[in-house]
Amino acid sequence: MEPLVQVEGLRVVVRKDGRDVPIVKDVSFAIPKGEVLALIGESGSGKTTIALTMLGYARRGCRIAAGSIRIGDTKVLALTPEQQYALRGRKVSYIAQSAAAAFNPVKTIMDQVVEGAMIHGTASRAAAEAKAVELFAALALPDPRGIGARYPHQVSGGQLQRLMAAMALITDPELVVLDEPTTALDVTTQIEVLRAFRKVVRERGTTAVYVSHDLAVVAQMADQILVLSDGEMREVGATADILERPTHPYTRSLLAAAAPQLRAGTATAAGTPLLEIRGLVAGYGRVDASGLPEKRILNDIDLTIARGRTVGVIGESGSGKTTLARVVAGLVPAARGTVLFDGKPLPTNLKARTREQFRRIQIVFQNADTVLNPAHTIERILARPLAFYHGMRGDEARKRIAELLDLVKMPAALAARRPAELSGGQKQRVNLARALAANPDLILCDEVTSALDTVVAAAILDLLAELRRELGVSYMFISHDISTVRAVCDEVVVLYSGCKVDSGSRAAITAPPFHPYADLLISSVPELRTGWLDGVPVRTVAAKKPAREGLCTFLDRCPVAIDGVCDREAPPRRALPGGKEILCHHTSSELEQLQAVDTSRPAPRQVA
Amino acid sequence: MDIARSGWRTAASLPMAGRVGLFFVLLWLAIALFGPSLAPHDVGAVVSPDVFAPLSAAYPLGTDYLGRDMLSRILYAGRFTIGLALVAALAASVTGTTLALIAATAGGWVDEVTSRLMDAFISIPSKMLALVMVAAFGSSVGLLILTAALSYTPGAFRIARSLAVNVKTLEYVQAARARGERLAYIAGVEILPNMVNPMLADFGLRFVFVVLLLSGMSFLGLGVQPPDADLGSLVRENIGGLFEGAPAVVMPAIAIATLTVSVNLLIDALSGRATRASES
Repeated sequence: MEPLVQVEGLRVVVRKDGRDVPIVKDVSFAIPKGEVLALIGESGSGKTTIALTMLGYARRGCRIAAGSIRIGDTKVLALTPEQQYALRGRKVSYIAQSAAAAFNPVKTIMDQVVEGAMIHGTASRAAAEAKAVELFAALALPDPRGIGARYPHQVSGGQLQRLMAAMALITDPELVVLDEPTTALDVTTQIEVLRAFRKVVRERGTTAVYVSHDLAVVAQMADQILVLSDGEMREVGATADILERPTHPYTRSLLAAAAPQLRAGTATAAGTPLLEIRGLVAGYGRVDASGLPEKRILNDIDLTIARGRTVGVIGESGSGKTTLARVVAGLVPAARGTVLFDGKPLPTNLKARTREQFRRIQIVFQNADTVLNPAHTIERILARPLAFYHGMRGDEARKRIAELLDLVKMPAALAARRPAELSGGQKQRVNLARALAANPDLILCDEVTSALDTVVAAAILDLLAELRRELGVSYMFISHDISTVRAVCDEVVVLYSGCKVDSGSRAAITAPPFHPYADLLISSVPELRTGWLDGVPVRTVAAKKPAREGLCTFLDRCPVAIDGVCDREAPPRRALPGGKEILCHHTSSELEQLQAVDTSRPAPRQVA
Repeated sequence: MDIARSGWRTAASLPMAGRVGLFFVLLWLAIALFGPSLAPHDVGAVVSPDVFAPLSAAYPLGTDYLGRDMLSRILYAGRFTIGLALVAALAASVTGTTLALIAATAGGWVDEVTSRLMDAFISIPSKMLALVMVAAFGSSVGLLILTAALSYTPGAFRIARSLAVNVKTLEYVQAARARGERLAYIAGVEILPNMVNPMLADFGLRFVFVVLLLSGMSFLGLGVQPPDADLGSLVRENIGGLFEGAPAVVMPAIAIATLTVSVNLLIDALSGRATRASES
């Protein structure tokens, strides 16, 4: 049978300094009806550009220079603008990465979901609404009848992403383009969205193009994978073939970077811990009479970092992990509790700290794009901490800058450039080099690899491990990505809405028993094999009543909550064998039993 | 010359309206700098027996109500208007930006007090303030500059503060704070360079406002006092020629219009270009 979608010799160019520079080079593929093709590659590989050409669209400054795209019996590139208008949202629809930005905040969800059907006149308003409700139910949205009357800010991010899928499917398009639809979501939300997408795609026999940088996600969704880099096709084939028998070296490097590699050191703790946090409470907003902030972010946190060790802090967005780093850095004052640095109390107020204290604790922020001052050159950025902490100037400083750049594996010639002229990975290296310039004892890494492509992120993690071996620095490594944490950390702390719910050595997050939240978090990380999504038991529960002050914060989402206990008393802090500590009513053996079902967790691979 | 070349390239990349604006801005700058030495006659000399004479070869822009050469008068008045407005706008922008940087970086009650004070200032209409000041202290060049600067400082402050507050939340400023930097360093080295471009555009707009305010004051007879004259006073002193259709009243008005419109056109074109550059 003829494939539904046929793309031949596609070429997209961008106009730069009066010349056409190709960003998509001679790409051809075919998608049979009812199948999902994944476009995978790093940022800048042209995957979104190709996906958008399915709608006959090229971004501003870009132009589809050659090739043909056939969807059903429509030749997309031969259409007039009016015909394209009729195509978009009708025969081909698009699901964007950020649902929050794609919805109009002042219109109800239903208005926006049926809009496509209204514009193209495919159904009456009543019929479209009935269909929307059907889609809401198929996408496992809570209250399918009532949700349409709400406004976008009244539903969660994961629900919004599913609503956008409903919006795209309302006209029964022949092809759906999904552009990184789960990238911005937390893993525990991602799994729900993936499950919903998967079900709808299967039930309706939807043909789709799925754009992603995450191989593990793609393994669950796609029938075929097309690997791209620099706008060129590297490899195309059935999902299982690509994952198990990759032929192109680039695919192999992608697969290698996606699998967790153990980079943790072996240093043992001795003497006074470098950092010790006891009973920390912190937050934002107005401070009340008892000294507590209006919006509490962190509650009763204990944490110890020994010299030369890496402690991972993990949790979803809003769990307070960034605030924790900011308290240690002095950017957010602590309301209660003590922070000891090298055995001495550390003022949590910037003004009270000495320059030496500033020097010994350095923070590395997440967003490489905004962390370097765009008005300064790299040399100036690195020279400042050298002058500030060590009084280094002139030739001495220049020599040290060259050393630092060498340390983070950047050519010294880049010193004269400005941040805008560097790639994301290079910026993150400079960011790290600036922290290293201080010769710190402790580096607070806040999601340092989250915004980077897997291959680049792997290189940064290698670099961190190497620096630790050579310079003996300690890290507080904050991340939402459990496989990264597992790969670099000696100890792990799991935060959930500001409470430390689980903590222990690295082994603690590789084998049960876990705190129920940690279990959910760990089991939600997609594995790099096909069929994982179908095998994973559903652990999420519809949110019940919101947690009350003093009770377990995870109560409303907990799949194993004990009625009459968990909703009455605060959970005790329970010490488990192996130095683990959890905040839960369940005993160790109960949890082990509950979590024994999934045994097929792959252990991290040791670096050769 | 690198600067000359990049300047030329910038000029060439401007849209048509921007180029027109640039041409007139340069023309007016030249007049402000060299005008008086180019003037064919002395500014106060009565050179013709004809009052409100039409355009002629001897008096290219006609003569005024006393028979003085209009071209010479405009060349001198242009320097006055541009000079006053530049000083006042510069004072307003620099004061506003400095206060804004202090308020934004210090935060807390410093920010609160400065901002409310500026809000109070902004609620006073600038023309009313100017009239009251002149009524109380009498008109002088110093007072006019002070009044104009005072009127436009709160506007510059607001723009600068909102820019500074935005920049302040960016991670490189956070990184500087976590490094233990002093507020002065954060304000001057980390924040200021990243708000210079929008502040320059804002400065251009303030300049235009000041030109209009001062011309308006002079037109009411409360601005620059004879024997000195700016463009506004030229309109006023020749208003009697309006019904005769004398060029003496039209020419200074056209001069004010070209000056203000061209600065606006240039700023629009430049800031539009900046947005496009940051998009790509």
